[in-house]
Amino acid sequence: MNFATDIAGIVLGGLAAGTVLFIVSVGLSVTMGLMGFVNLAHGAFAMFGGYVVVLAMNRAHFGFGVALAVSFIATAALSVVLERALYWPLYRSGELDQVLFTIGLIFIFIAGTTILVGPEHQTLQLPAALSGQLNLGFVRYRTYSVFLIVIGVLIALGIWLTFERTRIGGQIRATVDNRRMAESLGINVDRLFTITFAFGSGMAAIGGGLGAEFLGLDPQYPLKYLVYFLIAVSVGGLGSVIGVYYAALILGVLDFVLTLYLPKGGTIFIYVLTILILLARPQGLFGRKEL
Amino acid sequence: MTEVRLETQGLSRHFGALVAVQGIDFKLAAGARHALIGPNGAGKTTFINLLTGVLPPTHGRVLLGGRDITSTAQAGRVKLGIARTFQINRLFRGLSVLENVCIAVTERAGAAGSMFYPAGRRGDLIAEAMELLRTLKLADAARHRVSELPYGRQRLVELAIAIALKPEVLLLDEPAAGVPSAESHIILDAIERLPEHIAVLIIEHDMDVVFRFAKRITVMVSGAVFAEGTPREIEANPQVREVYLGQAAQGAFHG
Amino acid sequence: MRRHRLRWWEALPWIAGIVFYFAFPDYLGFGCELLVTILFALSLDLALGYAGIITLGHAAFFGAGAYTVGMLASYNIWTEPITGLLLAALVAGAIGFLSGIVLLRTRGLTLLMLTLCIMALLEQAANMGAAYTGGFDGLPSLPIAPLFGVFDFSALYADTQYLFALAVLFVCFLFVRILVYSPFGQSLTGIRENVSRMHAIGSPVRRRLIVCYTISAALAGVAGGLLAQTTAYVNLAVLGLDRAATVLIVLILGGYGRLYGAFIGAVIYLALEHFLAQVYPTAWQLGLGLMLVVIALFARNGILGLAETLWRRYENRRGPS
Repeated sequence: MNFATDIAGIVLGGLAAGTVLFIVSVGLSVTMGLMGFVNLAHGAFAMFGGYVVVLAMNRAHFGFGVALAVSFIATAALSVVLERALYWPLYRSGELDQVLFTIGLIFIFIAGTTILVGPEHQTLQLPAALSGQLNLGFVRYRTYSVFLIVIGVLIALGIWLTFERTRIGGQIRATVDNRRMAESLGINVDRLFTITFAFGSGMAAIGGGLGAEFLGLDPQYPLKYLVYFLIAVSVGGLGSVIGVYYAALILGVLDFVLTLYLPKGGTIFIYVLTILILLARPQGLFGRKEL
Repeated sequence: MTEVRLETQGLSRHFGALVAVQGIDFKLAAGARHALIGPNGAGKTTFINLLTGVLPPTHGRVLLGGRDITSTAQAGRVKLGIARTFQINRLFRGLSVLENVCIAVTERAGAAGSMFYPAGRRGDLIAEAMELLRTLKLADAARHRVSELPYGRQRLVELAIAIALKPEVLLLDEPAAGVPSAESHIILDAIERLPEHIAVLIIEHDMDVVFRFAKRITVMVSGAVFAEGTPREIEANPQVREVYLGQAAQGAFHG
Repeated sequence: MRRHRLRWWEALPWIAGIVFYFAFPDYLGFGCELLVTILFALSLDLALGYAGIITLGHAAFFGAGAYTVGMLASYNIWTEPITGLLLAALVAGAIGFLSGIVLLRTRGLTLLMLTLCIMALLEQAANMGAAYTGGFDGLPSLPIAPLFGVFDFSALYADTQYLFALAVLFVCFLFVRILVYSPFGQSLTGIRENVSRMHAIGSPVRRRLIVCYTISAALAGVAGGLLAQTTAYVNLAVLGLDRAATVLIVLILGGYGRLYGAFIGAVIYLALEHFLAQVYPTAWQLGLGLMLVVIALFARNGILGLAETLWRRYENRRGPS
């Protein structure tokens, strides 16, 4: 091992973690951008999705891909039910009510998971094709990390194209920019929100499943990573897919480097950086409007 | 002409490529009863925001009594005597009517930073607030929560807060907006009884109100001053009728 | 406008506090925890309940106060309890002032994020300096000098600690009570109710918020310092998201912007936690979650708010007859 391969390893590992962070957070960014709803419970959907994947694989012996698809559908469905039943009355409430409500949801998810599955850590067995090492020419690295990075690029590209090229994407962008204007143009913002909320929660579930192998999966997940989801979203800029992508990747790499070289308290630099960025640009790096 | 209280010189405000207010030269005389009219989106509220310091202008100056206040912040301008009301109520909804007015009175009196005696012990300020409520016929509602009042009376509270600041210049942004016509007379009566020395600028869509109240009218169209004059001159101006009123509202001038 | 006048029932918490001392001598440790929590929630009430500053990071100041007392005592630099709390207030207040200057320019989610980040930053700083702060293991067996040089902070009997905490809470409460009914407090309420109107009446909004945030931080620091003194222990948990969330829940449960919400919320929360959490920790968490959801959806003003509504209804019904 020499210095260059070390660096390559760190960057790849960080990018893989950042990719998972991106996949989990992107839905949060868009729904917050649309509704201004402070949904601290977003990580709970990621956890729920992660559990569905692990249980589907370990108990029902589904393949990884099938388990992810099932998880996406199950989590999206659950999120729609919760959104229609509980979230919507709070859209016009203050942030405080939203914060309390979503903290409450986090606790319910944590307790529910503990009761139904148990408090122990869940392990995910990767399929053989993804668990080896891959020779990238300049460095040998875990196949799974490379796989994640590629998946992340594809997902980011896919969502970005959806935003730029499709009707619903245009509606989302218009609503994020100016909700009142969008409503007066006849865009059904409530319906749009339900759709993006479901999709975003589904993506979080996929992120939860993809990240379970190295982020771990236990009932405390939604609280443990809450601050990271929020940093990715707020630094990237609400409603900006590209913003969250970059912010998540930077965050992933930084965290990887800092925990490696400064295991005690090294992440302090992440918070300092976040504070400085938000003070300089309250709307985030790529955001168009204030949080 | 009488002394000029508030004046703008070449005042402009751009939002990106959009020019909301464009090179406005405007004079508000002491004790004026001046109306600002114009179609929706003409930049009237932006103009008020520039006068009060909510927005900084892109170009131009604002002068109060000849003194340049362009770079004075909003709070500073209030202290110099510019008060306003909002098109949509901005009240302390959870508090009583009396508390709403008291907050303004206390702030004006410079007592709002005091920490170590109860606000209720400043009998002089409370008495002043009550007196103001009496002149606005709100005294009976003094202890009611603002959010419990009918909208017309909430608009009166909006006005009361501005008057409590004892302004020299009062900017009223559609004071009767949203008030059912059966109640709108209480607002108009209150405005007509304002102390004479206050220079009042009123944005209003209701031509009855404008012509009953204003001694001078400025018409804004697309961010610029389109015409200015006495009500008689404005009424007689065919371009104003065409641009501002269109055909549909032909009768509006005469109600 | 006469709300600042004392009413008879305002004596009740203090009577209860003294009765508790005689009635439950074995629970004085729990009593201390309760008093500290009330004080912490009261400090948050000033910022959140009165001025409407929504923060998820109030434990930053609690932790700053706790570590001030803890580190000074642990290295035997300063162990006198009363001045120790003043120092805790000073340090926490200074952090509140400095962070307030930068934070309170922002609103909404940005503000929420920044308060969270400031707290995480302090937590990581304490973690980084584990050589001095003890890190996760913390600083145990802090030596605290006897109160007035006479009354010992015994590890076995918490009676000095309890009475001291009760007295500190009383003094801080009086201060907060005077503050919220003062013209300053009234203008904070105005900022909470409608900030743009406050700007429009010429109020120096940001300055008021910074002053309020600083005082609130200093009080939270006193609460933290008091925890370190009464438990003779401080560790990283004083700075965590858990603690910040807990105090928020306590305050909301009792009712914010109401002074006594902190008391009601802390009593109910800690009593439930004490009896439920040990036996059925998961059920406790589930119940807490459900309770938060119900409060957010149906009872925004907490238990006191609910009681007020019921009382008003009762009075209205009684009124006409």
